[in-house]
Amino acid sequence: MRLSRQLGSLPVHVTIIAVVLIWTIPTIATIVNSFRPPALVGSTGWWTAFVPPFVFTLENYEKVLTTNNMGTSFLNSLTIVIPATFIPIAVAAFAAYAFAWMSFPLRNTLFLLLVGLIVVPLQVTLVPVLQAYQSLGLTGTFVAVWLAHTGYGLPFAIYLLRNFFGALPKDLFEAAAIDGAGTLTTFFRLVLPLSVPALASITIFQFLWVWNDLLVALIFLGGNAAVAPLTVTVSNLVNSLGQDWQRLTAAAFISTALPLVVFLTLQRYFVRGILAGSVKG
Amino acid sequence: MIDRIPQVAAALVVPVAALLGYIVVAEWLLGRLPAGARPRIRPWIWIGPALAFVGFFLIAPAIQTIFLSLKDATSTNFIGLDNFVAVLTDSNVHLAIRNNLFWWIAFFTSFVLIDGLVIAVLADRVRYESLAKSLIFLPQAISFVAAGTIWKFIYSYQPPGVEQTGTLNALLVLFGGEPRPWIQDAPLNNLLLIIVGVWAWAGFATVILSASLKGVPVELLEAARLDGASEPMVFREIIFPLLLPTITVVATTLVIFALKAFDVVYVMTNGNFDTEVLANRMYKEMFTVRNYGRASAVAVLLLTGIVPVLIFNLRRFREQEAIR
Amino acid sequence: MNRLCFMRPVALLIVIGLAIAACSPATTSPSGSPAASGGQLGGTVSVLASWGGAEQDSFLAMVKPFEDQTGVKVQYEGTRDLNAILTTRVQGGNPPDVAGLPGPGQMAQFAKSGKLIDLANVLDMTAMKAQYPDAFIKLAQVDGKQVGIFIKSALKGPIWYNPKQFTAKGYAIPKTWDELSALSKKIADSGTTPWCIGLESGAASGWPGTDWIEDIVLRQSGPDVYDQWWQGKTKWSSPQIKNAFQTWGTIVADPKMVLGGKSAMVATAFGDSGNPMFTNPPKCFLHHQASFITDFFTKANPSLKAGEDFNFFMTPDIDPKYAGSVTGAGDLFGMFKDTPQSRALMKYLTTPAAQAIWVKRGGALSANKQVTDYPDKISADSAKALTAAQVFRFDASDLMPDAMNTAFWKAVLDYVNDPTKLDSILTSLDKVQADSYK
Repeated sequence: MRLSRQLGSLPVHVTIIAVVLIWTIPTIATIVNSFRPPALVGSTGWWTAFVPPFVFTLENYEKVLTTNNMGTSFLNSLTIVIPATFIPIAVAAFAAYAFAWMSFPLRNTLFLLLVGLIVVPLQVTLVPVLQAYQSLGLTGTFVAVWLAHTGYGLPFAIYLLRNFFGALPKDLFEAAAIDGAGTLTTFFRLVLPLSVPALASITIFQFLWVWNDLLVALIFLGGNAAVAPLTVTVSNLVNSLGQDWQRLTAAAFISTALPLVVFLTLQRYFVRGILAGSVKG
Repeated sequence: MIDRIPQVAAALVVPVAALLGYIVVAEWLLGRLPAGARPRIRPWIWIGPALAFVGFFLIAPAIQTIFLSLKDATSTNFIGLDNFVAVLTDSNVHLAIRNNLFWWIAFFTSFVLIDGLVIAVLADRVRYESLAKSLIFLPQAISFVAAGTIWKFIYSYQPPGVEQTGTLNALLVLFGGEPRPWIQDAPLNNLLLIIVGVWAWAGFATVILSASLKGVPVELLEAARLDGASEPMVFREIIFPLLLPTITVVATTLVIFALKAFDVVYVMTNGNFDTEVLANRMYKEMFTVRNYGRASAVAVLLLTGIVPVLIFNLRRFREQEAIR
Repeated sequence: MNRLCFMRPVALLIVIGLAIAACSPATTSPSGSPAASGGQLGGTVSVLASWGGAEQDSFLAMVKPFEDQTGVKVQYEGTRDLNAILTTRVQGGNPPDVAGLPGPGQMAQFAKSGKLIDLANVLDMTAMKAQYPDAFIKLAQVDGKQVGIFIKSALKGPIWYNPKQFTAKGYAIPKTWDELSALSKKIADSGTTPWCIGLESGAASGWPGTDWIEDIVLRQSGPDVYDQWWQGKTKWSSPQIKNAFQTWGTIVADPKMVLGGKSAMVATAFGDSGNPMFTNPPKCFLHHQASFITDFFTKANPSLKAGEDFNFFMTPDIDPKYAGSVTGAGDLFGMFKDTPQSRALMKYLTTPAAQAIWVKRGGALSANKQVTDYPDKISADSAKALTAAQVFRFDASDLMPDAMNTAFWKAVLDYVNDPTKLDSILTSLDKVQADSYK
């Protein structure tokens, strides 16, 4: 069932456009500056690019793309991000389903504990986990980062998914039970398909947070050329005194390309009407 | 390059298959048990892997941190509550607590929430919804490596008479004012740092609230509108109540992020000019002063800050269960 | 609906997954493979430092001959957050083989907790003593043990000026502090602020001001007071240190003296702050900054020529008793894991041949007296000032413990913001001092 979109009224349009414009100004400033020579970026405002003389250059992008190891870093980032996105979501989905629709002692306590864990600062976990990894011989491997990101991403993922799973109408489950569906069937054939927007959301966020992570990779995997992800290579574009920071303008967009593609791809799962008619089925 | 593909594919397929296998086999084993035992054991199977992961990566280190907060700087001697006394009488920590509570929890959370809600609800009704949401989301995608650079182009300061490179000061000078060192000027600088945070996280709220909004049955909305309800009424009576659980989740998460706000402050001021926050204090104690006892005490302080949030969540659960 | 229904697709997935896993190469883990070829040492050595961008390129160029000669692969990891990463890895039991140390202060902290390896048997100490000024060797020792080496150094205390403008205006290079003050006053009276100062530097904002104060303390109160000060034995509220702050205050507290006043000082990035010397007409004439600022000048103003458009004179003497005083700094390296590869690397890095590579690429000075091939006159002059100084002292704030160092940075910012609060600033510095020298 397709929703025919109601055209919003004028105030709606004005509000949205105003907010979006304001939001985009910093990004526009950066895009414009990424096409200007570094000396100008440091001494003149980005808006001056629109008055003569029109000085634009691709040197920032060239410099970044031809930086040693850019290609390998991109691959490393991919290697890190794909498992580190799907494994936590799978684990979280199982747990969220249990928290939402099964009753057991300590359920609320455990759930609140999980929510509370979101506040644990990353830095306090680094040394204990690193010590454990050392004794297990996992340091410097991709497995180490995959497992770490899973652990760190679970609290929020479970929190979010439980909220969405729990919002599903009770009658759905009752109807399924009457039909003789077991737990697994209900989970895979009912809950998951109906929660696609939620799953799409958490996929986007987990992907993004892992893609943009610097610290976890640096500590558990290492920053040497063979395994360094994009974030490490990009942060090393700038030297210890801060020179060449203008390169970051180009680097920011280059490294944003993939997350944006992922976001836009997953956008089509943010559709309404999935629930409509499901009770009748 | 090509040799990575099997590795990544394996890394993806093996764990997911293993998890699926785990659940399927476990359920099958469960089927062999008497019917009464099944609902009692089943939940633990489903939450088992999650508990294992968070236990190893989060709970164990958190407990260790609590122990370390009772020990001295090099974690060799037990000194009881001395660290907490030192931390709670430190004026820097007082400043940080004030900033976290007053600026971050109050302003950051509310601004992001309101913004996310506005965009999610309004964009739902226009054709260019996808574009609008993407543009609001874009800042989330830009790594924090670059965020400091990006906001340089907004907040930068040059002395009067020198050409301005920052957007705000350029506008100010255009309208006849004097440029101001925005980041260094307390207390407004706190708000400006928060604006950076709001800019970055509004997309987060928008995406989640939008996903939840899509679950509101269309029939309800259309019926109300046909009945002559105005848009604000539709929002107040139908949308908002149905969205409330998700709003709770987003608000809770934002409050927690406000409590542990670190990146923006670290990159832009390092806590100077009265912008200090707790997570930055912890960072300093841990890596600059290298007093692990005090660093752990600050961390414990952070952990306790979440208790009111948890109590609030508990109440909301009970309410939601009662309705179900 | 039968549970067994699920088993088949899942089982299939598992089989496929295992097959893929079996066929893919093992995940690479760095360090430790001692594959030697043809008599070479082989293997790897991991290096952690804070260099990025052009510095990283220079370091990699510096070690390339080493890699070719010995077959040892150098795995460089760069991070702007060296303190946090290094501390975490050392504590977590996974230190790098060799690492940059943020400063002698931190080096001492690592050495005292037993994490740094004694280099006495690694380096050729006779050669070291012949090639390096005594000061640089001693600075890398803790409790008599050699634990560090200097990869490169920098000269602190140059005051940069625009020779063309000085000639045009008829200004003379001051030889004493009084002459410097007179010159500043002359420039101020002519309607332009004489000084450009920029203190902003991200998390380390304030450090250029510490360089100023150290230069003043050394020249005003002498090397003994200087040493007592960084060792934590002289209080910050002592008359000598207070005097140094107040002397600096004659410049920074006077709005006619510094371009843009205090707002500009705290908000302008240190690297950009010298550029107003090169505008037309110039907005300032003097800029106190370390030798590495030249790269910033030329990047922002590509048409500038070293020696013609910018040159330096050393911060002049204040008390003739302490004439010829010079401060400097350098990048220290230490060894955390004793392996044949890390030993070989450490030894290589001290040789004149290795040091010359970075120096020649620009942006670095070497403390090694045998390195003489500098790319331009300014670097050559800077290096000479460094190695031939009568009274040489290392940057005091780098020698202090981390906590004291960062408090010093913050104190500079607080002082510039409100010079009348000097006493309370010094008192809180005393508190940090009492706490951090343990």
